[in-house]
Amino acid sequence: MKRMFKRREHNMPELNTSSLPDLIFTVLFFFMIVTHMRDVDPKVTYRVPQGSEVQKTGHKSAVTYIYIGRCMPGQAQDDLALTDGKKGKFFIQLNDRLATIDDIKAHIEKERASMNSEDQTRMTVSIKADRDVPMGIIADVKKQLQQSMALRINYSATEKE
Amino acid sequence: MFKRPRRRIPSLNTTATADISFMLLIFFLVTSSMDTDKGLTRQLSPPQQEEHEVDMKVKERNVLIIKIDEHDQLTCGGEATSPEELTERIKTFVANKDNDPTLPEQSVREVNFFGQCAVSDRHILSIQVDRQTSYDAYFQLQNAIVAAYRQLRNELAIKRFGRPYSKCTPDQRQAIGMVYPQRISEEQPTLAAVESDEKGGGR
Repeated sequence: MKRMFKRREHNMPELNTSSLPDLIFTVLFFFMIVTHMRDVDPKVTYRVPQGSEVQKTGHKSAVTYIYIGRCMPGQAQDDLALTDGKKGKFFIQLNDRLATIDDIKAHIEKERASMNSEDQTRMTVSIKADRDVPMGIIADVKKQLQQSMALRINYSATEKE
Repeated sequence: MFKRPRRRIPSLNTTATADISFMLLIFFLVTSSMDTDKGLTRQLSPPQQEEHEVDMKVKERNVLIIKIDEHDQLTCGGEATSPEELTERIKTFVANKDNDPTLPEQSVREVNFFGQCAVSDRHILSIQVDRQTSYDAYFQLQNAIVAAYRQLRNELAIKRFGRPYSKCTPDQRQAIGMVYPQRISEEQPTLAAVESDEKGGGR
């Protein structure tokens, strides 16, 4: 009697996970394509202005960045500070280090040399500057860019809601 | 007697592959940034030798002087104004639809798609800033100028081609750029320079 009602032991069927890695690889490749590596450590903090007419900057490989902003705490190098006006000290960052206005020319030349010929013609310099930066600094930077023939510039900003 | 037992090929245990690829995925998520860079693209003028700089003689009616002082106060032709008002002001200044003698001269040129057409190629927007002016105020000014030209070109594109400027072909854009060229002179605190947009591309 007892034997008659004993159920057959069921084995839980295993879930086939062999295609799970493929799935995740697809997601991984998607992210690798749409994102770009963070190439510099920010040494300055800045809040870019907001505008209604902003548009996307073109090809990433042809864009060079100049950061202008306040220094992060603990990294102050007073010999590099620019004090044009009463709003305090501002710093220029090129690649991974703080720099002076006179370094811009050499930086642009170096960046241009590392680009291919197609990118050289459409080279854009993106100025990521804080809202409070006095125009004196910006004008000096622009003069340097003009002299190093980097004439396409881009004032980095965010879109106004 | 010699018959071997039938063996199954053991399958590779791939459960951990998913974890490994997850790790890669998270690594890429952390090290990469997705922020799209946006901004106003402008064209600077080629550098000039300082001794070659000559004061261009322009008629007073052709120039609109836009100033920002050290307290970020925007003035246009001597009157205090806001960026929104400035956009309207630049639009009427550049377009000069009624051929007002106080607004810029226009010249008749042969333009693709338009034929003989009055183009506003004599006007100059003169920007003067102080070294103390904040970048934000200057940016709002640039934004207002770009907005004015964009609206003018858009209106013309819709009137003539029936579609917005951004949807026009490069030839059509060039023609519109010839009717409303961007002529901006930027007086820098130290060195006067002209910022222009020869190809009419800009926007």
